[in-house]
Amino acid sequence: MLTLVLFNVFNGIIIGLFYVLMALGVALILNLSNVINFAHGNFLALGGYFAFVLGPIIGYWPALLVAPFGVALIGLILERTIIRRVYSRDPVYSLLLTFGLAFIIQDVCRSIWGSNGLPLSVPAVLGQPLSNQFFFLTGYRLFLIAVVIVAVAALFLFLRFSRMGTRIRAGTLDMETVAALGINVRWLRSFNFALGIFLAGLAGVLAGGQIGLNPNMGDDLLMPSFIAIIVGGVGSLTGTLIGGVLIGVAAAVTTVFFPSGNEVVMYVIMTLVLLIRPRGLLGEEGMLV
Amino acid sequence: MSTTTLGAVFARPARGSWWSTALIWLVLLTVPLWIGAAGGYTALASRVLIFGLAAMGLNFLLGFTGVMSFGHAAYFGLGCYGAGLTLRYLANSTPLAVLIGILTGTIGGALFGALIVRRRGVYFAMLTIAFGEICYYIAYSWNSFTGGYDGLRGFQRQPIGPFDIQDNGTTFYYFVLVVFALAVGLMALLLRSPFGRTLIAVRENHRRALFLGIPVELHIWLSFTVSCFFAAIAGSLYALLNNFADPSSLNYVMSGDIVIMAVMGGMRSFWGPLIGAAMFVVLQDTISSMTVNWMSWIGLIFVVVVLFFPRGILGFIRRRAAA
Repeated sequence: MLTLVLFNVFNGIIIGLFYVLMALGVALILNLSNVINFAHGNFLALGGYFAFVLGPIIGYWPALLVAPFGVALIGLILERTIIRRVYSRDPVYSLLLTFGLAFIIQDVCRSIWGSNGLPLSVPAVLGQPLSNQFFFLTGYRLFLIAVVIVAVAALFLFLRFSRMGTRIRAGTLDMETVAALGINVRWLRSFNFALGIFLAGLAGVLAGGQIGLNPNMGDDLLMPSFIAIIVGGVGSLTGTLIGGVLIGVAAAVTTVFFPSGNEVVMYVIMTLVLLIRPRGLLGEEGMLV
Repeated sequence: MSTTTLGAVFARPARGSWWSTALIWLVLLTVPLWIGAAGGYTALASRVLIFGLAAMGLNFLLGFTGVMSFGHAAYFGLGCYGAGLTLRYLANSTPLAVLIGILTGTIGGALFGALIVRRRGVYFAMLTIAFGEICYYIAYSWNSFTGGYDGLRGFQRQPIGPFDIQDNGTTFYYFVLVVFALAVGLMALLLRSPFGRTLIAVRENHRRALFLGIPVELHIWLSFTVSCFFAAIAGSLYALLNNFADPSSLNYVMSGDIVIMAVMGGMRSFWGPLIGAAMFVVLQDTISSMTVNWMSWIGLIFVVVVLFFPRGILGFIRRRAAA
């Protein structure tokens, strides 16, 4: 029984980590550019497929890093050519645009790699269970947790201490002032978009090794990442991080006692937050609202 | 929020030229006569009317109040399930089914609207998406009541008095048209009333409206609820059309479809969303029968509309005519 409980909680934490990576990417783009990226889950799938193609050629470890960069490059190209055009317009257009892109990317993935699931093989070192009793503690899962922690820590350190990161944070608060200080806002937005997509690509590679690849693998992660952002508070990345972990763990704990309720609990948490603290846990009044 | 254009407030928002309105009604009334010859079928025309109503309902909020909802499938779907469940479990009565469908969607919209009416812009849109997903999730997982993933089956629309809308597709089309006409007439009245003008003032300059003493949040909430009411009418008709309620009618993909119909036709015009719905429904029907890569084509429609026709087809034509 204890094993079962731990198994479920552990699974929930793993899923929660994917929520966090997804949500941080969506939030980065939302906070700076005011664009809800509907295609984020499809960039995630693209990351997984890139690793699937690159893995046999350059090996798993390089692919783990190269694949997200490849997806980020595609994101960058799309941002420079298409998405940038709707920044100054009503939010309805950016929603429709990324919505359309989501359809196209998903269909392209399906055309190239088929609609059936594909396995993404991970090195044998990571595949083995570390303990007989706790069979679910595979090396891969621990590795996954480590990678996500490193990635999130790197992101926050980058935003806190680097010049570019400082600009992104400043732009979130007041883009006009940032532009007035002579900073190239266009490039800042492009870079920030690519950064968000990189996180999606990384999540895709990691998720591919855990649940396999299919063209709509990112769809199930999109809504939870929206909820994580709403719960944490729009405009606060720390809030998004907390929101993601919170709903991931809440979903996991619920699974133990009430297996079909793991999605309900996310929506319950969201509704409670909206009723009690409408701006979200760490959201500031007046940000985007 | 640009500067207030007095012209926009005082112009007649709900009325095109009389001949274009007459033309639209003439086309709608004669559809069953020529749609077969044009390569379509009557059920397709009913679908156009239903989605047209949903898109016009959304546009009440989006185009005439300037508030963005990306979750109108929720109220459309609530109407759909409300009507379907009534026919399945409660009574074999079409009017009752439509009534309960409308009530379900409108009450759902009013409650949720009250919760989020203080939020703005993208955040508001995001919350509407999330609420849509809640409804989708409930319909999807409540197997014993809603039929779950497979959808709700086992109900049939019933004849109304002497009118056999059950088996005769053409009669059903005219039934849909009558409901559509009543709803659209009400919408036009609302838009021409002082209430409708106030909504346009809110759209044009939210802050100035506030300074004029207009209770802006109340108006946005009312507009949201009215908009959900129209979406729910469309949804309950949709359940009757298919004799089936599908969880995907609640999904955010459906919400996106409704928004693109409104934008594609023209958000600033009264009839625009109907034109957009006609184009989108026909295109979707044609494309999905022609290629397996229909998703790419639909996606491309979204991208092309956003990049090249942001004012929709009607806006594009008007601009051409003005130039």
